[in-house]
Amino acid sequence: MIFLILIYEFFQIGLFAAGGGLSTLPFLNALADKYEWLTSDMISQMVALSESTPGPLGINMATYAGYMAGYNTFGSPLLGVATAFTATASLVAPSFIVILIVAKMLDKYKNSALVNDAFSTLRPAVAGLIAAAAWSVISVTLFNFNASAFGGAFNLLEIALFAVMLVITNVKPLKKLHPLVFIAIAAAAGIVIGYTIGWGEA
Amino acid sequence: METTDKKRTEAAGRTPLIKLFLAFVRIGAFTFGGGYAMLPMLERECVEKGGWVTKEELLDYFAIGQCTPGVIAVNTATFIGKKERGFVGALVTTAGVVLPSFIIICILTALLANFAQLRPVKYALHGIRVAVGVLILNTVIKLVKEKIKDPLGYVLAAAAFLLIAVPSTFKLGFSISPVFVVIGAALIGIVRGLIRRGKAGERK
Repeated sequence: MIFLILIYEFFQIGLFAAGGGLSTLPFLNALADKYEWLTSDMISQMVALSESTPGPLGINMATYAGYMAGYNTFGSPLLGVATAFTATASLVAPSFIVILIVAKMLDKYKNSALVNDAFSTLRPAVAGLIAAAAWSVISVTLFNFNASAFGGAFNLLEIALFAVMLVITNVKPLKKLHPLVFIAIAAAAGIVIGYTIGWGEA
Repeated sequence: METTDKKRTEAAGRTPLIKLFLAFVRIGAFTFGGGYAMLPMLERECVEKGGWVTKEELLDYFAIGQCTPGVIAVNTATFIGKKERGFVGALVTTAGVVLPSFIIICILTALLANFAQLRPVKYALHGIRVAVGVLILNTVIKLVKEKIKDPLGYVLAAAAFLLIAVPSTFKLGFSISPVFVVIGAALIGIVRGLIRRGKAGERK
């Protein structure tokens, strides 16, 4: 029964939550209202966990909610994994199917003038969207827009680390390193700074 | 450009499934923040290392992913897998990008529910967030330098950036969906194409 509920609910979320992972959040809130196995406390726990672990947010959240459904219904971690799988697979299925269809159409019409015209302006616009995503990450980490004093508006440690990372990701011999190396370096720097100087409010 | 195209056709359909799978496992395992944060990893694994797609195609997939249901990371994985090895390839890349999340979340939920509250985790994430910003910025600079070729392109990129960034930065109380930006940009391209071809037709 719980398996069918998860398939039904998460297929729907996968079909209607377009865009980023956080767009699944309102849907998950609705699930918490409807079923006993998910509570609003678990949802805040889920968002924190999803943001602190790698991978697409939507997938992290579906796995968490699915796990809770099985664990709280049957009291077994193993069945929790089974329901987590059901929820995640159901979330992915609609976009998987839609993309296969779109890919087929794209293949068919890739030489049409209309499609090429559309993509010729889409690419710069998407570059702008990605720039906006970069800005949202950067502005949240480097600046504090709620600070009352002007000096408090800059997170100096973060700005310093940002500058260092910007240099090491752009100088000749280091530049070719895999992005995951830079992620690891920054994580290590984050831990060292946290335990020595300390990150502001953290 | 010609040589990369040649390399791609030679490689097409012959990339071992396990190679595709592992590339997407790495992408899933080392992306923090999802969606656009995945771009630097996708570019390294699929454009530079694998040669499975071009940067243009990656942008096209992001544009389509913006307007289709589901998680953008999964949409892009499905696209690249399908292009390289058909249906089975799509299954393999999608499973690959999802698998690390699935395993990590199951383990942490079962064993370490307060993971996000641990101090080393918080500190590490603080650093990681800074690095994610740097990596996306580098990718954006490269994209703008290499892929925007005409004044209209610069105008559209700037407009898309401002439409999304201004309302959220200045907390204007509204936001514009990227879907409208994508649809608007596509329409402008189509209209420009019609005008150009109309002019070319007149000259004949």
